[in-house]
Amino acid sequence: MADLAAAMDRRRLVTLLSPAYLWLLVAVFLPLSAMLFFSLLTDLPQDAPDWGLTLDNYGQFLTNPTYATLLWKSLKLGVMVTLACILIGYPCALVLARTIRGRARETLFLLVILPFWSNSLVRIFSWAIVLRGNGVLERSLDWLLPFDIRLNLMFTTPAVVIGLVHSYLPYVILTSYLALQAIDDDIIEAARSMGASRWTILRRLLLPLSLPGLLAGAVLVFVPVVGSFMEPRILGGRMGTYYGTVIEDQFIAVYNWPLGAALSFILLAVVLLIIALASPVLKRART
Amino acid sequence: MSGVEVQNITKRFGRALALDDVTVSFPDGGFFGLLGPSGSGKTTLLRTIAGFHYPEAGRIRIGDRPVEQVPVEQRDIGMMFQNYALFPNMSVADNVGFGLRVRRVPAAEERRRIAETLDLVQLGGLADRRPAQLSGGQRQRVALARAIVTNPKVLLLDEPLSALDKSLRVDMQIELKRIQRDIGITTIFVTHDQEEALTLSDRIGILRAGRIVQVGPPREVYDRPVDAFAAGFLGEANWIPDSCLAGLDLPASPQGHRFAVRPEALAIGTAPDLARNALRGRLVQRVFAGAMATCLIEVEGSPWKLVARDRDIPDLPGAGEVWLSWAARDTIAVPA
Repeated sequence: MADLAAAMDRRRLVTLLSPAYLWLLVAVFLPLSAMLFFSLLTDLPQDAPDWGLTLDNYGQFLTNPTYATLLWKSLKLGVMVTLACILIGYPCALVLARTIRGRARETLFLLVILPFWSNSLVRIFSWAIVLRGNGVLERSLDWLLPFDIRLNLMFTTPAVVIGLVHSYLPYVILTSYLALQAIDDDIIEAARSMGASRWTILRRLLLPLSLPGLLAGAVLVFVPVVGSFMEPRILGGRMGTYYGTVIEDQFIAVYNWPLGAALSFILLAVVLLIIALASPVLKRART
Repeated sequence: MSGVEVQNITKRFGRALALDDVTVSFPDGGFFGLLGPSGSGKTTLLRTIAGFHYPEAGRIRIGDRPVEQVPVEQRDIGMMFQNYALFPNMSVADNVGFGLRVRRVPAAEERRRIAETLDLVQLGGLADRRPAQLSGGQRQRVALARAIVTNPKVLLLDEPLSALDKSLRVDMQIELKRIQRDIGITTIFVTHDQEEALTLSDRIGILRAGRIVQVGPPREVYDRPVDAFAAGFLGEANWIPDSCLAGLDLPASPQGHRFAVRPEALAIGTAPDLARNALRGRLVQRVFAGAMATCLIEVEGSPWKLVARDRDIPDLPGAGEVWLSWAARDTIAVPA
């Protein structure tokens, strides 16, 4: 009797979960497996009939130090952008979730999400117009300030960081906002009744209680930024060669898919390793 | 320790008047229950004393200090919230120690006072637990410990026991009263539960629509309500229909007064007790509830209720004519 019920439970579980697993299989597992297969080839089968299997593509990462240098540069970019997103996004989320009420909150929230809904290419080219020499930013500053301003931000690392921060900031704001908004008002009022200052409340209650959201946002920013290629290419110019742009080149310009795929998997492995190494530290910070 | 004085407090939320010229005095060391239906302004009054709301007009004094312009953080109060509002990211000891750390109490004294206060609320062994690992009653004790550990001038309780189930609630009432008496702190608490208010308080204030209706010791408010609302809100009242007033021994003139009798003041029988006030009615139902019993009686079209020990109620012939009687001094008169 119990076995029968258990069997039925199992069947129901399989039925209910199968769409999700089917989706994962089609959308994630198959393409990734194809890429993994590509990364082990000497040549693309449609180009060279005598293709074979090799680990050379992975070996190239070790023999040519440029790749490691660029990966390191991309990781630094990831850290920079993530920190900037946290520094700008968390206070935004804090004000949005804990200070502003009602209609104004919805409007501001919409404004925060707006960058998400605009085309990323349009977004990046708009930044190019703003940041270039004698562009919108320089002219406005010139107009405001009495002395001459020469920023020339275009084609510099700061330009890349600005573009990426603008693209990924909503992640941090959204996740932090949700975590902060879930904190019960009574908890804050209780702390106030015990004499806690705003700073104490932020440090000992709001920050620890919303840390999971903030960290989720940070991961959501860090991972794609490390592999980003569009912002570095358009806003970075000659300075904008990163690990991501090299991978893009392999696929689009050089047409060396096996190397591009291998470099992608190395990136994936490094990112997973970083998150795995960081997770015990993050877990401790959470409690 | 110090008393709290509230004078002519008015508080609006938008166009709604939440407190309308409220004046109450909360005696030093007393246990004061604010009682009223929802929307009566009792919680607003408590939160205004706490400092979460600033009144539009009026004065508040805690001890000798005027506080109506002082923010919550500096009022030196202890507050307990309906859902306890424990800090989920901290242990029991850290929850209790929070207010001490804010006040920069030295570490050794902090530890000593945490231990002392946890002993007072009988949670000695649970200092390292997280709030999530505690039962409802234990959380309630932590919240209380956290509110009193800093020796605040006044303890404010917002529906402190409403989240507990009934048997636990009665235990906690006794416990709360004991702790309050032990430390002698001026305590103001809000409740909509009249029994709780009667059990805990040594003074009661009844609020209605932002105004104080009556203030006094529980017995006085219960025995001599100032108006029909107070009579009906604190305890139950059987209103004597106007057509029955003739022949009754009344404490006031029938002109301009209404009269009521408490359910437990009534006696029931098959014949009128001519030495006392008596009215004829029709027994609708008799409800047995262990030691006590309730009878529902219809008197001249109005529903009456009698509560008595079951053994004091004689056998009655099913549903039919009965006589209710009560002592003349048990008649409550309120202005009509």
